[in-house]
Amino acid sequence: MKALLVGEYRDGKLLNSTYELIGFARQQGIDFELFLVGSHAQLPEVDAKIYLADVATAKEYNPALHKQLILTAAQKSGADTLVLLHSSYGWDLAPRLALALEAAQISEVVEVTADGYLLPACNAKLRRTVKAATAQTVITLQAGAFMAADPAGSPEVEELAVSGTGNTEFVGYEQAEAGDVDLAKADVIVSAGRGIGKPENIPMIEALAKALGGEYGASRPVVDAGWAPHDRQVGTTGQVVSPKLYVACGISGAIQHLAGMKKSEFILAINTDKDAPIGEVADVLVVADVKQFAPALTAKLGG
Amino acid sequence: MKILVCIKQVPDMESRFKVNGAGTWYEESDLAWRINEYDEFAVEQAVQLKEQLGDADLTVLSIGPARVKESLKKALAMGADRAVQLVDDRAYDKDPFQIASAIAAFAKQQEFDFIFTGMQSQDRGSGQVGVLVGELLGIPALTTAVGFEYAEGTVTLRRELEGGQRAVVKAKAPLLVSCQLGLNTPRYPTLPNIMKAKKKELLEIPLAKLLTTAARLTTLKLAYPEKKGSAQILEGDIGELVDKVIGILKEKTAVL
Repeated sequence: MKALLVGEYRDGKLLNSTYELIGFARQQGIDFELFLVGSHAQLPEVDAKIYLADVATAKEYNPALHKQLILTAAQKSGADTLVLLHSSYGWDLAPRLALALEAAQISEVVEVTADGYLLPACNAKLRRTVKAATAQTVITLQAGAFMAADPAGSPEVEELAVSGTGNTEFVGYEQAEAGDVDLAKADVIVSAGRGIGKPENIPMIEALAKALGGEYGASRPVVDAGWAPHDRQVGTTGQVVSPKLYVACGISGAIQHLAGMKKSEFILAINTDKDAPIGEVADVLVVADVKQFAPALTAKLGG
Repeated sequence: MKILVCIKQVPDMESRFKVNGAGTWYEESDLAWRINEYDEFAVEQAVQLKEQLGDADLTVLSIGPARVKESLKKALAMGADRAVQLVDDRAYDKDPFQIASAIAAFAKQQEFDFIFTGMQSQDRGSGQVGVLVGELLGIPALTTAVGFEYAEGTVTLRRELEGGQRAVVKAKAPLLVSCQLGLNTPRYPTLPNIMKAKKKELLEIPLAKLLTTAARLTTLKLAYPEKKGSAQILEGDIGELVDKVIGILKEKTAVL
């Protein structure tokens, strides 16, 4: 088995997630080389070969062009497995690579077992084991599922010539507007999920947060529905937090939410569904309707 | 202009899933079915674009058994003009490559200017079908849309990245867009529109007619995860639960 790891680079910087790919390859004991659209100034620290395409010409987002460059690197390296992160960069590119290689694509791997790859199913409630029926495989790894390797070493660089334009124009980046709260600084976060039922129940969550001396947060569906502002969103597309106490109110535990809060010191979940995936990371799961439990807890705390 | 939106029907994710006899998928009986959440945003965006263009024709497509007609009818009530069901009772056995191949085979005959999909399904979450359809048709495929604008042949899209960042990208139609949650606010069908939808065309095509590719992926097993978490489960009377929780927080955390 030989792997080509597709590193990530954004806004002029190598992304740390690249080290998760290296960590995965080492954990699996696979020979690997890397590919990166990036720059000499921002190379991963690793003793391995890296195929480097200059970001000045290839741009940070240009799927058609990046696909061709990765295919060139894959051919040079003789890799049978292409490994990307299951990220906005990886899930965009992986199907294109798989199609070009006539390879199976395996999305969001959380574990490798003797039988095959383990993937989440049904909002992470279930696990699916899959196997490729093809000689080559393209896999994407769930963010945070594999321990990142420590940066050490210096890569041997082979530059790839960039030619062609692709069919997509990358204009630039926008940052979500900064709000009035920095959840990363809060010791206690009480977050609202869809289980709170309606936007009128946000004050109920806010009251519990206040009674516990913290801030209130929200899951993605709650923010998408406009019940809470974006700066309150916990998860990979919002803020990644690790407070002393995290209280998940009516949050089932979608992967992207769990990735944003599972490092909290103590996690209390309130959910009507005993099997909700939030139970995987919670220290205590209270099986109850949050609309009854939260006000009762707030009252008892004297809030 | 011709628009296609592809939707999948999935079970309500709050359901209690039972693994089927073969141990490879979930039992389909006793589940409540609905349009995949991501696809609702795709339908809404397609309808908004149709409204913007004026004279566009919007087709909604789904793959599956008879039950998917309910989801197709909802999309018709939201504003699609016609529906196509690629009929297959064992769609869950097909891998993303096969599903995409069948959709691309259908779309190739129709020459759509815009194709919308959700960025992934809630049950399988592979996030492959949309991109594959675009690649098979040789048109730009833009993923993870949280913003969509169309003017004079060009789409300006906002792609959601990690950590609250977005990338602004542009491409020319024909193209495919995969939609992320929060792209828009999916409308609720009104009663008059539900009535009108009943009269709209719903074409059935056997999936086998369009499917010529073999699966590249095999599902060996579907199961509940081994309980890695050691969550203490508390059940019972609300008042007692509150007292227990306060006790635990005092003992295990420094916040009380």
